[in-house]
Amino acid sequence: MTAAVSSPRRRADPRTLLAYAALTLGIVVTLFPFAWMLLTSLKSFQELFNLAFFPAAPTLDNYRQVLTETKFLEWFGNSLLVAGVTTVSVLFFDSLVGYTLAKFDFPGKNLIFILILSTLMIPTEMLVIPWFVGVTDLHLTRSVPGAYFSIMFPGLMSAFGVFLMRQFFESLPDDLLEAARIDGMHEFGIFWHIALPLVRPALASLAIFTFLGNWNAFLWPLIVIQQPQFRTLPVGTALFNGEAGTQWGLIMAASSLAVIPVLLVFALFQRQIIEGIVLTGLKG
Amino acid sequence: MRVRPARPGTLRRRQTRTAYTFLLVPLLFFLVVRFIPTFLALRLSLFDWNILKEQQPFVGLENYRTLLEDEKFGQALKNTALYTVIGVPLQIALGLILALMLGRIRALRGLYRALYFAPYVTPIVAAAWVWQWLFSPQFGPVNTVLMWLHIPPQAFLTSPHQALATTAGLVVWQNLGFQVVLFLAGLAAIPRSYYEAAEIDGASGGQAFWRITLPLLNPTIVFSVVTGTISYLQLFTQVVNLNFTDQGGPLGSTMTVALYIYQLAFGRYQMGYASAVTVILFVIILAITLLQLKFLTRRYDT
Repeated sequence: MTAAVSSPRRRADPRTLLAYAALTLGIVVTLFPFAWMLLTSLKSFQELFNLAFFPAAPTLDNYRQVLTETKFLEWFGNSLLVAGVTTVSVLFFDSLVGYTLAKFDFPGKNLIFILILSTLMIPTEMLVIPWFVGVTDLHLTRSVPGAYFSIMFPGLMSAFGVFLMRQFFESLPDDLLEAARIDGMHEFGIFWHIALPLVRPALASLAIFTFLGNWNAFLWPLIVIQQPQFRTLPVGTALFNGEAGTQWGLIMAASSLAVIPVLLVFALFQRQIIEGIVLTGLKG
Repeated sequence: MRVRPARPGTLRRRQTRTAYTFLLVPLLFFLVVRFIPTFLALRLSLFDWNILKEQQPFVGLENYRTLLEDEKFGQALKNTALYTVIGVPLQIALGLILALMLGRIRALRGLYRALYFAPYVTPIVAAAWVWQWLFSPQFGPVNTVLMWLHIPPQAFLTSPHQALATTAGLVVWQNLGFQVVLFLAGLAAIPRSYYEAAEIDGASGGQAFWRITLPLLNPTIVFSVVTGTISYLQLFTQVVNLNFTDQGGPLGSTMTVALYIYQLAFGRYQMGYASAVTVILFVIILAITLLQLKFLTRRYDT
């Protein structure tokens, strides 16, 4: 840890150079699967198994097939809907709960917080069986709003989000809220118009995490989706093998198409994502 | 919220009313979607509950008694422990090493951090497909590289002895970036003056690491161990997708508790028996979390 105290003159410190070398090697290893996926997706069927890294004659044929001959776009749309709705719901309810727990004084407050946090220890595997029995008893899985509702209801609120938002609201000065209260503003108005806009960075980070989590959700959608037209992207691509044979070119193209939007979102919101981790990790 | 001296009782009552109005829907949600199902699972575990059958007889602790002699459950439990014991220390050690090196460099730090984080946001199913291909015994580039190095090609995911480690490799690859970011934040929170003082006192780099860095990173390490362990104990998606046709294979060597629950409940519809397994998993998670919080947080307290 001499880096912290070294002077700028010693820039060519061999240990720093070694760090660069090791880190670069690590990056190559980390990114190799992405490169392999993209390059394979551009190979024609004839080239697929020839072990060359670069395709000799790159083609977009796999992509064309994925988009026209599979239900990829349908899965993509379903995932977008499920992840979108759950994210909006989590943002609203988790910030409302976080705000209430941070800024109000009422009996049962700590108990409620502890109870909500303790749900983080309940394994999803334990909940999916009663959930499944419930949605089956209610005959939800086969109709249009019901099927989507049954995919997304477990994710409509999250204990992690409550924890994150409570942290942020606690750092908000009370005076501001008090001033609005003296002006006669309604309590919900204070939350919505005063408090919420002040925690925008937290909302951004929570939004991204929730969206990613639901976009990638697998166990529950795999269980609850009974009709092919409701499949989400992970469920659809996981079952790809059976439907297309093992057509590696198609699978790599579909995987690339599933990965690229996520990486784009990540590239755009990198700062918020990392800030969100830092805040939960450090205070957690 | 400061309670003003004038009529404190009314104010507090009003606050309580507003708070519970705001919390009404969320509390119902957590009750109906989290707590009640937990108790239902406990209850189901006492029944021979099969969704396809007419009768769901109460069997008391019979499911738990069967579990004690269930070899597949034993194997799943052993595998899950193995995943955790391999994965958690590995990702924490590698994450710390990478974070220390990233802390040493100035240029490109943000870019490198972002690149290491990319696997974490990658959809697991897509990552699993690529992993299968990379480690394919016949066409995989990993074996090609091994051949360049004059190492015989390996069976990886198709070998009962290597499949678990290869699967753990995928999980570590995906989680590593998250660890790096956590440790970078933890390192940034350590005051530099500590290192300056240590250097004045003639402490070596190694001493500074063991006496300053590691103890002060303790909260980050505890957080990583607890959350990492909870997620490894529930390992499912990676295992399923690395071998969709022979889930948990080859020869059950990658089977996890979560996957076994899935197969029991949704493959064979033995939901009572599966619930008993989930209860065991819950108890394990609870016990390990509490133990870790108790012991790991204390170690460096002095």
